[in-house]
Amino acid sequence: MADLVCEDLSMTFTNPQTGAVVEALKDINFTLKKGELLSVLGPSGCGKTTLLNVIAGFLKATSGRVTLGGETITAPGVERGMVFQQGALFEWLPVSRNVDFGLRMKGSDPKESAALVEKWLEIVGLQGFGDTPTYQLSGGMQQRVALARCLINDPEVILMDEPLGALDALTREKMQSLVLELWKETGKTIMIITHSVEEALLLGERLFVMAPRPGRVHREYRLPFAERGLEESLREIKHDPYFSEMREEILTMIWDMEEEIMGRV
Amino acid sequence: MFEWLSDNRASIAAVLILVALGTLIWSIVVGRRQARLRANDEVFGDPVRTRGGWYWSVTGVSALFLVWSYYSWGVARAFFPDAANEMCQIAKLEEAISPIKAALPIGSRYYKSTLLASRNAAQLQELKEQLAAETAFSGAEKVTLAALITDVRALIANSSDPKNLSPETRDKLADITAKLKELAATLRAGPPAGLSPSAEALAQPKWGTTYTEIPMLPITARGMLFDAASGRAAEIASEFNKIRNNNPANDALIADIKTRIAALKKTNKSGEFDEKTRAEREGFVKAVERIFKRLDDGLIFPAAALRDVDAAIADLGAAEQDAKGGLRVAEALFFPGPGIVKSRTQCTEQGSARWLPKPTDVVAKFGQLANPDVENGGGYRGFPLLWWDWLPVSNIVAFFVPDWIADIWPGEYATHGPDGTITPNFKDKLLAIARGDVSLGSIPMLSGHIWDSLFRVLVALGLGIFLGVPLGLFMGVSRFFKSFFDPLIELYRPVPPLAWAPLILTIFGIQDDGKIFLLFMVAFAIMVISARTGASGVQLSKIRASHSLGASDRQIMWHVIFPNALPEILTGIRISVGVCWGTLVAAEMLAGTTGVGFVENIARTVSDYELIWVTILIMGVLGLVFDLMMRWIIKKTIPWRGMG
Repeated sequence: MADLVCEDLSMTFTNPQTGAVVEALKDINFTLKKGELLSVLGPSGCGKTTLLNVIAGFLKATSGRVTLGGETITAPGVERGMVFQQGALFEWLPVSRNVDFGLRMKGSDPKESAALVEKWLEIVGLQGFGDTPTYQLSGGMQQRVALARCLINDPEVILMDEPLGALDALTREKMQSLVLELWKETGKTIMIITHSVEEALLLGERLFVMAPRPGRVHREYRLPFAERGLEESLREIKHDPYFSEMREEILTMIWDMEEEIMGRV
Repeated sequence: MFEWLSDNRASIAAVLILVALGTLIWSIVVGRRQARLRANDEVFGDPVRTRGGWYWSVTGVSALFLVWSYYSWGVARAFFPDAANEMCQIAKLEEAISPIKAALPIGSRYYKSTLLASRNAAQLQELKEQLAAETAFSGAEKVTLAALITDVRALIANSSDPKNLSPETRDKLADITAKLKELAATLRAGPPAGLSPSAEALAQPKWGTTYTEIPMLPITARGMLFDAASGRAAEIASEFNKIRNNNPANDALIADIKTRIAALKKTNKSGEFDEKTRAEREGFVKAVERIFKRLDDGLIFPAAALRDVDAAIADLGAAEQDAKGGLRVAEALFFPGPGIVKSRTQCTEQGSARWLPKPTDVVAKFGQLANPDVENGGGYRGFPLLWWDWLPVSNIVAFFVPDWIADIWPGEYATHGPDGTITPNFKDKLLAIARGDVSLGSIPMLSGHIWDSLFRVLVALGLGIFLGVPLGLFMGVSRFFKSFFDPLIELYRPVPPLAWAPLILTIFGIQDDGKIFLLFMVAFAIMVISARTGASGVQLSKIRASHSLGASDRQIMWHVIFPNALPEILTGIRISVGVCWGTLVAAEMLAGTTGVGFVENIARTVSDYELIWVTILIMGVLGLVFDLMMRWIIKKTIPWRGMG
């Protein structure tokens, strides 16, 4: 019963100088069951990153609460792993030391850690790169390290903030497959923030489309593509008529929202 | 070996200069060829164009060496080792003739007689005008005084009139003229055959090899000619100085003026005057007498009477130039500056050669300083440049253990017993340790002026890093630390370190403590600022990632913020080293008894230019070594810099 539950979550930012108030999130309610894969999509400024930061514990909600397995979230914790857009790797450490960072902070046995590092490097496809300095890796490989660093702590939820946004198209596709594989193999709950409609469709068992001002969940979908992506090639799925239809629908929805914002400003 | 090198430094320099010249030409040829090869595939502004190009470095270094050699007269000494000696002989002649020249327009624009006549006449005129307003004298006395002044003025006129010139004086001046002409003729005739320098002259140390800058005794035939001429010129000058223009027209007048002044002085002394009047009267008479005494010894000659001597001196100058021969060319080409001048006891180089020592001499000086055998002339002021020595361990212990530790130890210090002896207890022994009065053996330790300077910089830098980095890191992450310490540091940091020096040296003493504290202040501020910049520059996502990976605040500080700030910290150390080094040298110049700056300061006071240059070069090389070391460390420890 390690469900992630958001109850009446609201978040307002007050500018300390001007006193202006921005409603970043308003009355967010959802339950993410263990092992679900959720992608969150929305125009810029709809509060999707704020939502993620609240769940991660970096920000405290103005009202409402987030619970994981019944426990209210108040601070960052190992049970909620984070993957950032740029990897946020420690460039002064080689790959293996980046991956076992969490274990070292915990004070785990170095031998066990070494075995775990080997295992996870293999899973993410980086066997043999343990001693490589991270700044010598390509963007895709850096994200693989970030995934391994997060997963080695065995978190219950993995939160990803536009993890593949900075990658080229080909690498991105490979990484999408990797994320699906990891999801299936580990059975972790995963929440992905993304800008790309295609990615949201492919990596979302569930999909939230958020709307801005105030930030809220505009529509929710349940999609079959993530499940299918485990068997079929992602490229084939993209040619599926249903996929195209969904893509058009969501694109139009977000397009309209952007238009609305422009009109209002 | 060292002696041989030292004695042959001129020849060694000649070889080096030829090599440098060859290298210069060769590197220019290589450079031009390379430039032509690369002319087509590079555009202006492309940074790639600055890569490589070692040959231009070679050109620069060899050109610098040649310019240095030239202006320090290194080239002159290498290729004309005897020239300075000859020039010294000529300088002797110049010095010998200078008293005559001083009386003539050739040396000082006006005849000395002209200046004497015009200045004294002007002063007499002034006195005459002053007399009219004088109240201390009666009317009758004023008339007497006016007549006296007129008569003193007449002395000038009498001396200046050629008609009054006595035949005796005229003969003497003619004699001088004839002797000068004879001297010029001797010079023009050149050195007589069979002239060879004395054994003593040949045994002299060579040019620049000892404390005597230039050997004084002539070692060439031409030098001997000039040396002999200078002796003769000195005799002529002495004769010339004795000539006085004592003409009969003045003789009677001088005696008369003397009695009149005596009478006036007598009146001043015996008369009934109040204090102020007497002082005024005496002052006026004394002023007249002073001018009279300048005129009564016949130093003013009619201009016409000296015209021949002037011509003869000009001719002697021309003869001197003729006799120089080839030396004239060498002097013009290879001795930039005013040449060699003889002072009372020695011949000295003038111009750039005076303050710019020859490259070989600097090396020789360094060799002398680097010699650790201080008893036999090595080192500087009884202290080596860089060597090692036994350092008693008890001194180190005493440095770290303060005396008050023994004071606060429970119990009392021992007192002398009934038999007058003392048995030290533990408290006494502790005090002995704290004061360094025990023998704990010795360890070898570097010592010397360079080490002392280095030691001060390293200790101060170490303290600055040890205390400054943690504070800077906390200031980078904490609003309290930043706001609390920022004004304190920013208030003292902008003050130039040397402005602090007088105060710090007064408080902490002129020995190591004061200097180390001064340098510590410098290093501390730089380290705080760089560590702070590094800490506050850490990416938010890295901090968040570490939180999510379960790191505690302390772990984030040590494992994330510190390594993230390392590039800035190392850059800070690099800057600190440079600033500390500069401050140290200035502080050592202000006060102290050891260190490179101290050596340079003493060298300055005794005008030892070679030593000054040696210290400058030592500092330059040490600074370079420091910086190369830091660059290497930075490259090794933070290869990720600029790649995160």
